[in-house]
Amino acid sequence: MSGFRILVGCKRVIDYAVKVRVKPDKTGVVTEGVKHSMNPFDEIAVEEAVRMKEKKLASEIIAVSCGPQQCQETLRTALAMGVDRAIHVITEPKEYESMQPIHVSKILSKIATEEKADLVIVGKQAIDDDCNQTGQMTASLLDWPQATFASKIEKSNGDLSVMREIDGGLETIKVKVPAVLTSDLRLNEPRYATLPNIMKAKKKPLVTKKPSDYGVDITPRQEIVSVEDPPVRQAGQKVESVEELVTKLKEAGLV
Amino acid sequence: NSTLVIAEHNNQKLIPSTLNTITAASSLGEVTCLVAGTQCAQVAAEVAKVKGVKKVILADNEAYKGFLPEALTPLLLAAQKQFKFSHIVAPATAFGKNVAPRLAAKLDVSPISDIIGIKDKETFVRTIYAGNAIQTLKSKDDVKVITVRGTAFEAAEVEGGAGAVEDAPACDAKNDLSQFVGQELSKSDRPELTSAGTVISGGRGMKNGENFKLLYDLADKMGAAVGASRAAVDAGFVPNDMQVGQTGKIVAPDLYVAVGISGAIQHLAGMKDSKVIVAINKDPEAPIFQVADYGIVQDLFKAVPEMTDLVSKK
Repeated sequence: MSGFRILVGCKRVIDYAVKVRVKPDKTGVVTEGVKHSMNPFDEIAVEEAVRMKEKKLASEIIAVSCGPQQCQETLRTALAMGVDRAIHVITEPKEYESMQPIHVSKILSKIATEEKADLVIVGKQAIDDDCNQTGQMTASLLDWPQATFASKIEKSNGDLSVMREIDGGLETIKVKVPAVLTSDLRLNEPRYATLPNIMKAKKKPLVTKKPSDYGVDITPRQEIVSVEDPPVRQAGQKVESVEELVTKLKEAGLV
Repeated sequence: NSTLVIAEHNNQKLIPSTLNTITAASSLGEVTCLVAGTQCAQVAAEVAKVKGVKKVILADNEAYKGFLPEALTPLLLAAQKQFKFSHIVAPATAFGKNVAPRLAAKLDVSPISDIIGIKDKETFVRTIYAGNAIQTLKSKDDVKVITVRGTAFEAAEVEGGAGAVEDAPACDAKNDLSQFVGQELSKSDRPELTSAGTVISGGRGMKNGENFKLLYDLADKMGAAVGASRAAVDAGFVPNDMQVGQTGKIVAPDLYVAVGISGAIQHLAGMKDSKVIVAINKDPEAPIFQVADYGIVQDLFKAVPEMTDLVSKK
């Protein structure tokens, strides 16, 4: 059995633990000198692909990242986790600011076709723009089924059985392969890359491409008018007893 | 301008956030609603009565079982071809977020996710970085494909409309890519989290799942929904669909009671638009107190039963 060839998307984002600051000119958030990491949902996607390879369900894993030079660090992390090779689709930092899921999904769908991928796995959303679009759009462009917000993925005959996290609970769907999957938080717990694997990852193949190599036009579709701080909520008062609390809530007509 | 609202329903009735989506859509143009499902004619009749709805397109077909995007997208494309909507909007729920981008890619437009405000017909407000920044963007696409955060818009009135129901344009409803197998929905007699007037949520401080009974007792007295922080969900106390936060549900009730929740940024992103916030936590330094209208520094195992007692005393 040959196993799936899997493409995983790895977005470089401001680290989840960093408190983001809005730029004074309101054009965006401060990214210079700020710690970046792989989008946590994409880490889960990479982990799932690596586990499929460990279970001999997958034969090869290719990681893709779109963006400036530093995305190569993100790809090296993926390689250290167990990805076989990586494709960096490089853009100017300025171009990257206006790059949207529609552009990335066009690139991913071209690469998926070129590499004859059976599965594309990406995080359900990136923690910077919070769009939650790339997987769905990639599936659409490829005319493949999509299993989004996945919390469990199993092979069943030639198809995949996927448990999805939905608003009211969980649902199970079956999708034909090739398919696009997007990972939710509970799909798995990503491993840490070990030092020997980080060293090995430096020797794994990483090629650099441009959006134009895939015939993708990255002209912005949206203009960012402003980025501002959210309204600050004022802290209220401490109350001394539950009785006082309930009295106040009753006065306000809330209980 | 005319706007298509993709209605979310369960074949019997509308999901409440569809009503908030209709309000948002009404400010963009004349509203048409699409109701696609299996044996869902009564939902179409319900939507037709919603204030502001001019027309309802009904698509009833076995192929729409499970509301799979692979089946719905060709239908939406056929509707768009016939009616040339300027905006297509869906609620920003698991359903809407699943379908809207698939449609947008087919129309070659860049979708706009989870909007919290509308400046004009092409300028929209949304949050980024888990609510830590507010982005205003102007779409350059001819057709705007949008998902709407329900808590940011009032619900449309369920009476007062007189929309005409018509059948959806013919399209190939065959879907052999994906198949709906089943759902395990959490059963509860309490109100649904995202539309409840009062929400009581528990965090890591609850210590285990059994202790959530304290919150259920209080919730039943108050007619409230019960939620949880991601920490409580990750610790396995309660199921995932109870999670309030950036990666869970966004709520904005009249009253939010946070019990044993420290107040991580990602939790605050899911509840800080609540009108009144109460925090019960024994740690006086917990960040939740910085957003709470009323904070009480006490052991929750003492405070919650006491509150249940007092609330019921009329």
